[in-house]
Amino acid sequence: MRMPELVILWTDALIFLLVGGALLFALYARRHEPVRAPWRKVVRSRVGAASLIVLFAYIGIGLLDSVHFRALDAKGVETGEVLSLFDRIAEPLRIRQEKTYSAPLALHLYAKENMETPDGRTVRGYPRLQHAGGQLTSESAAMLDQARLFLTGALLGLLLWAAMVLSLAWFHAWREGSGVLHQMECLFSGDEDDVPWTTILITLGMILVLGAASWQLAQHYHLLGTDKVGEDVLYQALKSIRTGLVIGTVTTLVMLPAALLLGMMAGYFGGWIDDLIQYLYTTLNSIPGVLLIAAAVLMLNLHMDNHAEQFGSVLERADMRLLFLCLILGITSWTGLCRLLRGEALKLRELDYVQAALSMGVGHFSILARHILPNVAYIVLITLVLDFSGLVLAEAVLSYVNIGVDPTTYSWGNMINSARLEMAREPVVWWSLLASLLFMFTLVLAANLFADVVRDAFDPRLRNER
Amino acid sequence: MLVRPMMAYILRRVLYAIPILIGVNVLTFVLFFVVNPPDDMARMNLGIKRVTPEAIQTWKAERGYDLPLLYNEQGQGLERLTGTIFFQKSVKLFSFDFGRSDSGRDIGYDISQRMWPSLAIAAPVFLIGLLTTIGIALVIILFRATYIDLTAVVIAVAMMSISGLFYIIGGQWMVGKLLRLIPISGYDTGWEAAKFLVLPVMIGVVSGLGSGIRVYRTLFLEEIHKDYVRTARAKGLSENAVLFRHVLRNAMIPILTMVVAAIPLLFMGALVTESFFGVPGLGSYTIDAISRQDFAIVRSMVFLGSVLYILGLLLTDISYTLVDPRVRLS
Repeated sequence: MRMPELVILWTDALIFLLVGGALLFALYARRHEPVRAPWRKVVRSRVGAASLIVLFAYIGIGLLDSVHFRALDAKGVETGEVLSLFDRIAEPLRIRQEKTYSAPLALHLYAKENMETPDGRTVRGYPRLQHAGGQLTSESAAMLDQARLFLTGALLGLLLWAAMVLSLAWFHAWREGSGVLHQMECLFSGDEDDVPWTTILITLGMILVLGAASWQLAQHYHLLGTDKVGEDVLYQALKSIRTGLVIGTVTTLVMLPAALLLGMMAGYFGGWIDDLIQYLYTTLNSIPGVLLIAAAVLMLNLHMDNHAEQFGSVLERADMRLLFLCLILGITSWTGLCRLLRGEALKLRELDYVQAALSMGVGHFSILARHILPNVAYIVLITLVLDFSGLVLAEAVLSYVNIGVDPTTYSWGNMINSARLEMAREPVVWWSLLASLLFMFTLVLAANLFADVVRDAFDPRLRNER
Repeated sequence: MLVRPMMAYILRRVLYAIPILIGVNVLTFVLFFVVNPPDDMARMNLGIKRVTPEAIQTWKAERGYDLPLLYNEQGQGLERLTGTIFFQKSVKLFSFDFGRSDSGRDIGYDISQRMWPSLAIAAPVFLIGLLTTIGIALVIILFRATYIDLTAVVIAVAMMSISGLFYIIGGQWMVGKLLRLIPISGYDTGWEAAKFLVLPVMIGVVSGLGSGIRVYRTLFLEEIHKDYVRTARAKGLSENAVLFRHVLRNAMIPILTMVVAAIPLLFMGALVTESFFGVPGLGSYTIDAISRQDFAIVRSMVFLGSVLYILGLLLTDISYTLVDPRVRLS
């Protein structure tokens, strides 16, 4: 049995670069109290901790979906497909295709078809789904079976959660040399000054129970139904997580170098450099964002169609489009950050220690790197967190207008786009729309709440107001 | 005496806008004609496969794309510069001569026709939205640091987190299809249009509530910690008087900056709402152009959008000087 060959897409590389950067930063922050203090404040707020747990759940799925490899069949021969680790885990969801629409947890298709009965007659009716409730002896037992699956799943999640709580309590007990029972009490005492363990554990418990129960159900039924071509909607919604995360984070990442450099230079040097950079960002800013994106994406499509040979497989092509979309979104959104950085650098350069460094003959660029940059880092962080939710929402609108991600990429915007006509059907096909909106809402809500906590913790001006 | 510095100030701001517009113009030129030469555009429009060079030539000639990009060697005198794509397609935008779309229609005429339906939706959304958000934010401020405040903020954050698409799709489905109160989509001329406008306007207002309330709440909160508020309270004014007579009036300045800049852009319309409800405005015009890949229209809209944006900046500057006597015209 040989190992499948890894495939590293551009966005994969950038995601792992970001994760690596975050880990390095965490290691650095551990040793440096001033860097660590605001983060401690974030984690110790109950809203911050709870939203962070939800975000971690999303990020976990997104990361699993970012490890791609060439799929092998049973004999170890490449099938030509590129799959991700997440695809492997969600294999039962991925391969169980139906013919067309089916409602959540349904046993039958949503559309009538001509069927042949065993005695050779043709009747019109709702055909049985191929991959839902196959283990049932009679269809009337479906409700009971679903309840059983849900409960076993929930129990499984609960057990997993209990194991986690126990090991956490044991870990605390081992570190502090006290009893496990005493530590359990501490975890659930709701002590607000310290890390809000109660909130964290309850959030975690809810995610685990819900996740395990859905997992149990999803293996035997289509939990959120199927779409027009019979693909599982839950699978689509989960796959869309990666796209949302990439758009939300990589966009800020790709615009960061330009915004940092130009913003700091404009504020620090002033004079004609300032004028030039201000002119540059006013010009870019004056083009309405959507139109600039539309124009750029149209041009990109044209270029890609005319030079199709430069972009390898369908997946690589879709990935390039995702990356370009991030780039274009970055170009339209760097101006705000640039202006903020300019204003801050303008203030910082008058400070005594910067003037002292100047008079001692320290070069401009080392002053920028050593004195200005660390002082504006919090602005960058707040922007990164604040922009995230807006970008996730923007992706949906752009894909809806057909200037977003590639049509073959799983994304919430694409799901909504294909669902818009389904609302006009009779009876209404609502699950695709609802699933995408629900998944998006949870992510954006968690991100918004988290962003609020981060801003409160990092922005010194707001510190005294609440 | 005051008029002259004012005029000089406005003139200076207008002059400052010119290099920006030139920048926008050059940028769109590069984006539309240099990244992809007109040949590619023609091939795209005619279908990639089985397209003859002659067909490309006629397509280009019909639309005036057969000229050289920047410098016409065959021309004489001034024509060397004017007989180019850059002059014909980009420089002419400055006189609002948008030319013809790739499908042969007069873009300028289309825009002048479609501007009004856009405005009929965008203006009420803007006005009603502004008044409701400011009103709600003031009420929240009145109850600040209570559970009402907390609940309102939580609801606002939740409303912000819902995709705008949901408001549109869900709103149409609920109000139009379930309750059957008003037509789902379409448009009419004159006063008949009103019944088609209710739903888009309502949805526009509701979808903007969440973020609007939060922005104004923060703004009022910042204002309420200032010294003059303490003075007003110290001299015995009631909380209502402080809020409405002092805080609201002082908060007008930051509100103006946010609001005035947005007014000219109202003409551009709402992209998704218009195309979803079948309103023949500029938003759906743009969307249609994008999906038909009509580059001439998209190019014109980019330029028009930038002009309106810059106009917004100009209006903001002027309104500053009118509202706040402390702002000096320098």
